[in-house]
Amino acid sequence: MHKEAAIREPLVLGHKTFHDVTNDVCQPIEGKAPRMWYILFTIAAIIGLYGVGCILYLLGTGIGVWGLNKTVGWAWDITNFVWWVGIGHAGTLISAVLLLFRQKWRMAINRSAEAMTIFAVFMAGLFPLIHMGRLWMGYWVLPLPNQFGPLWVNFNSPLLWDVFAISTYLSVSLVFWYIGLIPDFATLRDRVKNPLSKRMYSLLSFGWSGRAKQWNRFELVSLVLAGIATPLVFSVHSIVSFDFATSVIPGWHTTIFPPYFVAGAVFSGFAMVQTLMLIMRKAFKLEAYIHTKHVEYMNIVIMVTGSIVGVAYITELFISWYSGVEYESYAFINRFSGPYAWAYWSMMTCNVFSPQLMWFKKLRRSLLFTFIISIVVNIGMWFERFVIIVTSIHRDYLPSSWSMFYPTAIDIGIYIGTIGLFFVFFLLFARFFPVLPIAEMKTILKTSGESYKNETESKH
Amino acid sequence: MADRIFYAMYDDDDVLKDGAKKVVSKGIKVNEVFSPFPVHGIDPIIGVKQTRLGIMAFLYGLTGLLLATVGMRYFMVVDWPMNIGGKPNFSYLDNLLAFVPVTFEFTVLCAAHLMAITYLLRNKTIPGRKAENPDPRTTDDKFVMEVRLSENRQFSADEISAILKETGIIELNQKELN
Repeated sequence: MHKEAAIREPLVLGHKTFHDVTNDVCQPIEGKAPRMWYILFTIAAIIGLYGVGCILYLLGTGIGVWGLNKTVGWAWDITNFVWWVGIGHAGTLISAVLLLFRQKWRMAINRSAEAMTIFAVFMAGLFPLIHMGRLWMGYWVLPLPNQFGPLWVNFNSPLLWDVFAISTYLSVSLVFWYIGLIPDFATLRDRVKNPLSKRMYSLLSFGWSGRAKQWNRFELVSLVLAGIATPLVFSVHSIVSFDFATSVIPGWHTTIFPPYFVAGAVFSGFAMVQTLMLIMRKAFKLEAYIHTKHVEYMNIVIMVTGSIVGVAYITELFISWYSGVEYESYAFINRFSGPYAWAYWSMMTCNVFSPQLMWFKKLRRSLLFTFIISIVVNIGMWFERFVIIVTSIHRDYLPSSWSMFYPTAIDIGIYIGTIGLFFVFFLLFARFFPVLPIAEMKTILKTSGESYKNETESKH
Repeated sequence: MADRIFYAMYDDDDVLKDGAKKVVSKGIKVNEVFSPFPVHGIDPIIGVKQTRLGIMAFLYGLTGLLLATVGMRYFMVVDWPMNIGGKPNFSYLDNLLAFVPVTFEFTVLCAAHLMAITYLLRNKTIPGRKAENPDPRTTDDKFVMEVRLSENRQFSADEISAILKETGIIELNQKELN
């Protein structure tokens, strides 16, 4: 039985057979990489290498090479960390939450979104690690028996919760992604002609044969992983927000942070997925699988989460006045009218105003407009973290220690460098891995494929 | 013991399911089905039981919960009651709230990873293992039903292939095992 309401837009356009799905996804991998791929890869690699150079310089010289000072002890490092973790929230949300809600449109984007998640969390993880200054002592965050007496890590500290949250999130997302990839690697293994590729994919596919029992387990494992990854997605950014919310700094000490951070994370994550998907569907000629309807669905998610973020900003502002705490209200007055007002208002424009344009059907179905908004949103979300972090601490209780934060070349270099590294990983993924879940896509072909739908319709 | 394996190939999942139903109703035992994607509804027809991995995931999760609780109680209460603002941790229960996030994360960590490992081992999908699908096309768009003579001794080889041929197959391959 393959039935779906006729008024639902098809998810796969045109007439596609099972074999077409395999072909469409595998051909870009088997063929030669286009010239554009080499150009982008070279640019990303150069920027990434520059970032690595900046990191090495920082490790050799010390955290002093950043623009931090006594008052502003956290700035771009943690901003970038939270920004990348936020971006890393879309992938697992798409594959886990949307799987539980049986949203079939997720199949067009889940593979690449998960890849994006993993690479984004890699980049995020870099920042707390290099912030230690002595990278080689990073293992001190683990509760390992040691020779310093009964000295354990502090399980009361949100920073340690973060260690557990981020590492669990990264490793569980990786497992989720790879389990989905195994059957598709098997497809590639049985297709490719080049003996070296055949060996590589054979190794990567773990000898998958597609037996009925294997598929039975596959489906259950996907479902259970989705079930436990769903609260995980929400917990991770809640815990990231605890880094701030459990402190007693005016502007950070708020109970609204966990839901507000999670909504913001999904918001920025989907924006990044849009940016990448709009390029990818063109470059890989996947227009039949990722089309306007998918873009529209994602834009609706962006609009809803953007509105939640907007409500949170306004609530936060209102409560700072309503609480009657003068430090709290000063922190917010300073945000929108102090020396960092430009950052606050850029954040407001990018995150609150721009997603509201998605109410117009014409705009949210326009690919060019979506592409622009997706970039605007990511800029806005970077500013959000910058505003929360820097404006809350740059003017503390003692006016004589008020200060500003100015990024150094190393601050900028490391940030830009992580963007380069992210694209290096993503381009490698797009070149060698199946960018759509081939097997899962075939399961929805008969219900949501255009030609199949029309066929069943004409029978009535 | 000499055996003969029949590989009946289909090019559609619905034809495969109807075929399997027909074959099974004649009393033939279907040994295996190889497909490029999960064919919903094939499992009860050919007698594949629902996996119990879900129960294992739950047990692994419980293990993680227990380990996290025991570990944190030891680190934070027994071995070195950490003194925060003159208030040392004397009892795990009184300080439980602060331990909720790590307990949750560790539960998820154990459940997810141990289940994934169990899944790979039970599926016999391990790095370096050779694939066992009878035809490379079964990971693309073809479906293969495997029937073994040794498990259907009440039929002759010709009878089995005759029954299989009536089920809308596109190819029938046979392999002799000695």
